[in-house]
Order: sequence, then C-alpha cells, then structure tokens
Amino acid sequence: MTDKLDKTPGPADAAPEQVPPDIIRAIPVRHYGRWVSAVVVVAVLGALVYAFAQGNVRWATVTDKLFDGSILTGLWHTILISVVSMAVGLILGVLFAVMRLSKNPVTSSVAWLYIWFFRGTPVYVQLLIWFNLALIFPILNLGFYKDYMTAVMTPFLAALLGLGLNEGAYMAEIVRAGIQSVDEGQTEASHALGMTQMQTMRRVVLPQSMRVIIPPTGNEFINMLKTSSLVVAVQYQDLLRSAQDVAATSFAVMEMLFVASIWYLALTSVFSVGQYYLERRFARGSLRSLPPTPLQRIKSNLLSLSHWRR
Amino acid sequence: MTAQPMVKAEGVHKSFGPAHILKGIDLEVAEGEVFCLIGPSGSGKSTFLRCINHLEQINAGRLYVDGELVGYRQKGDKLYELKDSEVALKRRDIGMVFQRFNLFPHMTAVENVMEAPVQVKRESKAVARERALKLLDRVGLADKAGNYPSQLSGGQQQRVAIARALAMDPKLMLFDEPTSALDPELVGDVLDVMRGLAEDGMTMIVVTHEMGFAREVGDSLVFMDDGVVVEAGHPRDVLTNPQHDRTKSFLSKVL
Ligand SMILES: Nc1ncnc2c1ncn2[C@@H]1O[C@H](COP(=O)(O)OP(=O)(O)OP(=O)(O)O)[C@@H](O)[C@H]1O
Ligand SMILES: [Mg+2]
Repeated sequence: MTDKLDKTPGPADAAPEQVPPDIIRAIPVRHYGRWVSAVVVVAVLGALVYAFAQGNVRWATVTDKLFDGSILTGLWHTILISVVSMAVGLILGVLFAVMRLSKNPVTSSVAWLYIWFFRGTPVYVQLLIWFNLALIFPILNLGFYKDYMTAVMTPFLAALLGLGLNEGAYMAEIVRAGIQSVDEGQTEASHALGMTQMQTMRRVVLPQSMRVIIPPTGNEFINMLKTSSLVVAVQYQDLLRSAQDVAATSFAVMEMLFVASIWYLALTSVFSVGQYYLERRFARGSLRSLPPTPLQRIKSNLLSLSHWRR
Repeated sequence: MTAQPMVKAEGVHKSFGPAHILKGIDLEVAEGEVFCLIGPSGSGKSTFLRCINHLEQINAGRLYVDGELVGYRQKGDKLYELKDSEVALKRRDIGMVFQRFNLFPHMTAVENVMEAPVQVKRESKAVARERALKLLDRVGLADKAGNYPSQLSGGQQQRVAIARALAMDPKLMLFDEPTSALDPELVGDVLDVMRGLAEDGMTMIVVTHEMGFAREVGDSLVFMDDGVVVEAGHPRDVLTNPQHDRTKSFLSKVL
C-alpha cells in the first residue's frame, strides 16, 4: 500500500548518503522548559505594556518635551557635572590609593582619614555641607584670594566638591585593590631592570591593575550619572531639576519623570557600550583571545537562536 | 692578582625581623665567571641573590658589585643610604632572571624586551625594537616577537625574560632557579641559552638544581646551607668529591 503523502523515504529507496560513518546526526534535545518560561515572560511583559498604554499618561507630552530646550540644558549639565566629578574622583582616587599604600605613616594615615570621612557620610549630607559652608565661613580667605563664600560656592562648585570628593574616596579603594592585585614579582622585575618607583607604577603596575579597576569604575560612573540628581539639593540645574521645573508649570509630573528616566537610561546605555570596549582594550595579554564585540555577539546569539528554534 | 672581582661579599648578614637568614656570607665572583649556588630550600640562596641587586637590604657586612658598595655610599667611616633613583641606576648593570619569569603580561615579547631600554636608557623606540628583535633571535624566538606572554610556553617565556635582562647590557646576570618552574622537556632550551651566554664571557651567578649544568658550565660552585657557605670550589670537585657531611647528604638527595 503506497500513500503519496508519505514523504518519509523508506530505507529501500533512500539515496545512498555521502556521509562518513562517524558523523553523528542526533536529534537535538527539546527544551520544553524554555518554551514555557518564554511564554510566561512575554505574557507578563505584554500585561505591563498594556497597563501603561491604558494608564492616564499623556505620551504626547513625553515625546513633546523629550527635546525641550530646558531639558536638553539640564541633560548637558548632568553630563558635565558627572564627567567632571568623575574626573576629580579618579585623580583623587589614584592619589589617595598611592598615599594609602605608601610606607610613610603620615601620608597613609591622611589617606585613611580621607577615605573614612568621605565614604562614611552620605553624599547628600556632604553636598549640603559644601552648599552651606558660608554659614560658618562667611568669608573665604586663602591668603592670596579673598571673597564672600556665597560668591565662591556656586551651585556648580558645591556639586563638584560634594560629588567629586565623595567619589575620590570610593575610587581610592578601587584603585588600591587594583594595585594590590598586581603580582609582587612584577614590581621586582621592573625594579631589577633599573626602573624607578614612578616608572614601575606608571608602566607596569597601573596598566595591569586597570583590568581590576575598570569594571567597578564603570559601575561608579553609572552610579555617578544617577547620583548626580542629588545636586538638586544645591540648586544646580541638572536634568532632574529641569524636568521638575517643566512639570511644575505644565502639570505633567509623571510625564516629566519619564522624560528624565529616558535620558538617564540613554546616558547609562551609551556609557555601558563604551565601558565594554574599554575593558576589551585592557584585557590585552591576559586572555589568549579577546572576547567578541557586541556585534559579533549579537550575530552568534541569532545563530544560537536559530538552533534553539529547532 | 687579577682584576677586582665582579661581586665580593664580606660577612653579609640578612634578617627578616627575628629570622636570621644569611649568617655571614663571604665569597668572590670573578669577572666572566659562571658561579653556581646550590643548597637546600630555605637556605637563603634567593635572599643572597636579591641582596646583590638591592631588592633586599643587608643588615651587616659589605657587598660590592664591580668594586662599588651595594645600596650605600661610604664617606669616611659612615655609610649613607642611596636614594631610590641611585639604586635604580645601579640596577641597570645587573640583569636578573626569576624562577617565575615575571614577564610583563600586558606587553608583547618584543615590548617586554624594549621596555627598560626605552624607559630607563631613553633609547628611541626604533633603535630599541631593532635590538630587541636581535636579542629575541639570539634566544631563538624571533618568530614570537608579537606574542603576549600568555601565548608562550614556560620555556619561551623564560627565554624572553633572559632577552629582556640582556637588553640593558648588564655586566652581571643573576639567575634564580631559572628552570625550576619548567616542564623537563623545556629546560634544555633555556640552559642552551645560558650556556651561550657563558661562552660569550658573561659573568653569571646561577642558583640552580641542574647539577649537570653546574658541572659542565660552572667555573665555581658554592654549597650554602642555613645561611652560611658550607663548601666552595670547582664544580667538578665539589660535586664528585664533597668534603662536608652536609654537602654529601644534600648531594645524595639531588643527584
Ligand atoms: N621577605 C621575607 N620576609 C620574611 N622571611 C623571608 C622573606 N624572604 C625570605 N624569607 C625567608 O628566608 C628564608 C630563605 O629564603 P630563600 O628564598 O632565600 O631560600 P632559598 O634558598 O632560595 O630556597 P628555595 O630553594 O626554596 O628557593 C626562608 O625561610 C624564607 O621563609
Ligand atoms: Mg629561592
């Protein structure tokens, strides 16, 4: 009885396959669990999107105000204060890390004290202290320079000191861990070649510690982008404050918070990609082959997805 | 008398806190000599080697390299500690090869070799690279110049490390168990390079467990135990006809 619909070739009429005998052609494992979890996750996601679409949100306002002039100015201020504070934090971090590891008990104690204070108090409190410094020192007198404190301590400076000094304390610990992660044999080999302490630090120790320093520093910077919203406390006109100002006049409180969130997300996303390439750069020599770039990864993910669908 | 010795130790003592490691070392290494140092683990061989290029500071005695005091300047009967930069200056002339290679992992082989000439001697990169490639060729690794240390075998890494030390044109080379971390089949390549150096007249102090190398290449040999020199002489004599019981029992274990 021959059925025309039966496409499965019988053993008799199968063409002789040109396959070496040792190539395995197994039936792949069916991952039913993956299917179930995917369906559940997609359903939850759909419900969430639906809820927000139905909510009392004026999406037009969100898209409208996204590129509003004052929002963009606020965005610029957020980027500026974050980058400058991070730069200050990095410089202070390296400085205090080296001081902390120094054999001189005075310098290492000073570094310990700095880290203890600026890491041990909330950054919000530190911002307020800088902002209100005029209450205890009405006049700033540096000997060569004299002025009213209120004139010197602008919102920008207060924000910079608050965020930068706080960041320096965290970075000092990160850099110290990085320096200590480098094998002592490296320092010895460098000294044995006639390199000075400074050359050894700059050419041998710091480049190697970068691999340990960069990932947490990336986290620090992402944190900084978000923590910088605290500078509202010192009257600095950042992204959040600009959004709130617009909200106050247009009565679109949630909408403007969405606008701010979208920009914060955009900033952190762009930075994460940059961080990835930075890490790749400093992984040289430590891995036999470099990890794939995101593009290469997306490609291979798509490939494995097609396997997954089978 | 011939010229002054390359290394001269007079009653060198070294302690780490309460631990007295070197208990009065006296020895002389002549120029062009291959000087082998053997002894049980913990006897202070590495410590002595590290004192020679001032990676450790000695507590008593005198240590001279090429007639100059290590780590100090003598004025009258007072000793003045040398500054960091002055110590660095003296270390240029002493190459050191470590048991664990200690190559710089973030630099390729040729960059490792170029590093000190460029940074310390302020050579131009082009000149330093050319010389580095020649040195890599000399240790048989011309084709590995662009590899990072993690992409080299242990024996290859150690040969790069030797080339790196040679790049500073040292007048003295210190080897601290250069083959101890290597698989047996890789030891030969490194020893061949060292043999070549010896033939070229390099002054070498070699801490080693390779008795064959000591016997063939060494000009003199010292057996150290518990921080003192127990026996010294020509390698052939010491290895085949040891005089002290401690030397005998050590050699019976390693030979
Ligand atoms: N920095 C240090 N601090 C304290 N003790 C040390 C230090 N360096 C070495 N020692 C001690 O000094 C002793 C001699 O060490 P050294 O490394 O010189 O021995 P060695 O003869 O090279 O032994 P091996 O053959 O195992 O390398 C050891 O007991 C070691 O614990
Ligand atoms: Mg040793």
